[in-house]
Amino acid sequence: MNLLIKGGRVIDPSQGIDEVLDILVENGAIKELGKGLAAPAGAGVVDAAGLIVTPGLIDMHVHLRDPGLEYKEDIVTGTRAAAAGGFTSVACMPNTKPVNDNKAVTSYIVAKAKAEGLVNVFPVGSITQGSKGDALAEMGDLKEAGCVAVSDDGRPVTSSELMRRALEYAKGMGIMVISHAEDLSLVGEGVMNEGFVSTELGLKGIPWAAEDAATARDVYLAEFTNSPLHIAHVSTMGSLRIIRNAKARGVKVTCETAPHYFSLTDDAVRGYNTNAKMNPPLRTADDLAAVKEALKDGTIDAIATDHAPHHLDEKDVEFNVALNGIIGLETSLPLSLKLVEEGVLTLPALVEKMACNPAAILGIDRGTLRQGAVADITVIDPAAVWTVEAGALASKSKNSPFLGWEMKGAAAYTIVGGTVVHSRG
Amino acid sequence: MGFKHKDIIGLQDLTREEIQLLLDTADNMKEINSRDIKKVPTLRGKTVVNVFYEASTRTRTSFEIAAKRLSADTINISASTSSVTKGETLSDTARNILAMKPDIIVMRHAASGAHHYLAQRVSCSVINAGDGAHEHPSQGLLDMLTMRQKFGTIEGLTVAIVGDITHSRVARSDIFGLTKMGAHVRLAGPPTMMPPGIERLGNVTVCRDMREAIEGVDVVMMLRIQLERQGKTLLPTLREYARYYGLNPQNLKLAKPGAMVMHPGPINRGVELSSYVADSDQSAILTQVENGVAVRMAMLYHVSGGELATE
Repeated sequence: MNLLIKGGRVIDPSQGIDEVLDILVENGAIKELGKGLAAPAGAGVVDAAGLIVTPGLIDMHVHLRDPGLEYKEDIVTGTRAAAAGGFTSVACMPNTKPVNDNKAVTSYIVAKAKAEGLVNVFPVGSITQGSKGDALAEMGDLKEAGCVAVSDDGRPVTSSELMRRALEYAKGMGIMVISHAEDLSLVGEGVMNEGFVSTELGLKGIPWAAEDAATARDVYLAEFTNSPLHIAHVSTMGSLRIIRNAKARGVKVTCETAPHYFSLTDDAVRGYNTNAKMNPPLRTADDLAAVKEALKDGTIDAIATDHAPHHLDEKDVEFNVALNGIIGLETSLPLSLKLVEEGVLTLPALVEKMACNPAAILGIDRGTLRQGAVADITVIDPAAVWTVEAGALASKSKNSPFLGWEMKGAAAYTIVGGTVVHSRG
Repeated sequence: MGFKHKDIIGLQDLTREEIQLLLDTADNMKEINSRDIKKVPTLRGKTVVNVFYEASTRTRTSFEIAAKRLSADTINISASTSSVTKGETLSDTARNILAMKPDIIVMRHAASGAHHYLAQRVSCSVINAGDGAHEHPSQGLLDMLTMRQKFGTIEGLTVAIVGDITHSRVARSDIFGLTKMGAHVRLAGPPTMMPPGIERLGNVTVCRDMREAIEGVDVVMMLRIQLERQGKTLLPTLREYARYYGLNPQNLKLAKPGAMVMHPGPINRGVELSSYVADSDQSAILTQVENGVAVRMAMLYHVSGGELATE
């Protein structure tokens, strides 16, 4: 089906475009950008007046829980949540059951996403077999089957030697390594950020040094091996300092943060709120400010949600036994748009971090509205005001610390390969 | 004034006036404990369930005696901490207990915040008998009652708390309660056992060493070293701990003459306290235990409405 998106403010940093234009989509690809384009016979028309039109947003860090943990989420509900949040592509982490450490699992994910998913799903394979940290996974096979990166996300590769070899080997296979930077021996039995709030609540703390020390190790290994490295969910001032410094030296390191790290601090844990329990944990106001600064100066390349659905029974328990993680796909866009309102980012810079850069880091042919590109497009209504309600979320799980929050900004239309997969009714 | 809370989760949640009220009531309750017939009908027909997820003899017995002296029916449930891993959630346990229609649940639990969780899910009153490293309000109250009896007031006292502050729910309740009542608190302990930001909890000073902490104080509160919790990284040896952080007749001289020595018990003799100090006239340890019953009677009385006559 053909589509004309009329009169929206088109922001495409990949081409340096920021102006009111029409976009004509034909056979699932971008046919033309211009003013006063006419709709061909039979084409659908999206009136984008007053709306923002961007390359389809990409969330490079989600957990779809499929296969094996479908009671939390599955490829259908997860991609529906993605579409509702304005994402046309997601990269899904390998900590499924079984772990995505072989091409059979990758192929299952790719096939199911193709058949039933609403948005593009790019699987991330594991770095090590079973994500156990003992032996390298078959990265060549994983890539061939469709993986766009490897990560043992959820846990670090504890052996420095193995991490070194992973970076070297992945480089040979042309696949990106994503590091979950955490020193587990420093984490111990910690369940939240170590600081004043953990002291007051009597909860075991996780020191920021647990993230910083591991980030430093992985950055130095990337430098030593001259391999590209992406650091997931950066949350501390110290890690950002290490990454900024490494980038200045020319180390091929990129990183992402998640909306909760620039929207919440560990204050959110008060009342033993398990929906504020995540890994890395919510940090302090100083860290939050550092995250914003790093978004502004480009140290942080991408905004990803770490969408981590959990069943109510896994969160409705004492804080120390609750599982880590929150959902994020449906709240990411408005929380990130707030950065624009606050003057942290310009709209084009935000689009870079939510579409162009994730595509570039993962090496996928998305994140652009260039002529001939796949017509993955997000149409954003920046003025839409709505309240986060559990019942209205498309995700199977409802573990969000933002329930009840009023949000500004929403995806008016999510278009994948020229097809509208979500429209705000 | 009346007591308006359904539950007592921690001293952080109570106002100065509410703490005062609980202490005043406890003072009245002490009289009952010295009678020949130590029983009043105040809570007759009420059911108190003691649910202890952590081993405790002293606190559980104290709560049980307190409830019985007020004529409540008491039931003790010792739940293993491993019941979570065995499958029953705290929420399900709560539902089951609630189905038996208790009026008050007294709980001890290893998870900080467990009482907060429980109180939001049950209609009956919840009293915290210790949650993880968070609060132990009845201990805090009995400590304050013991100090008030000796000094007449808590306002203006200087209290040193020495030991493992990080893992101590007693320390937190003492800090919340004492600073609210106008005392100044000094803390000392190995830096491996001193949590970040603790000085921001109230009128609290973190001291570099124990001698600095106890110099000129009215009260020295020694915390129990929980051998099972220290692991291998927090302390080299108990011998060295005793040497640098233990209270003995020599360093006790730094405190005000006749300063009161307290300990929430059970004591590791020769570690936190030398036996000489523990058994000296300055030690208020057994008075603390005695006051524990009165304080718990006051807590039970006030969460159940406090309208009935106490005599």
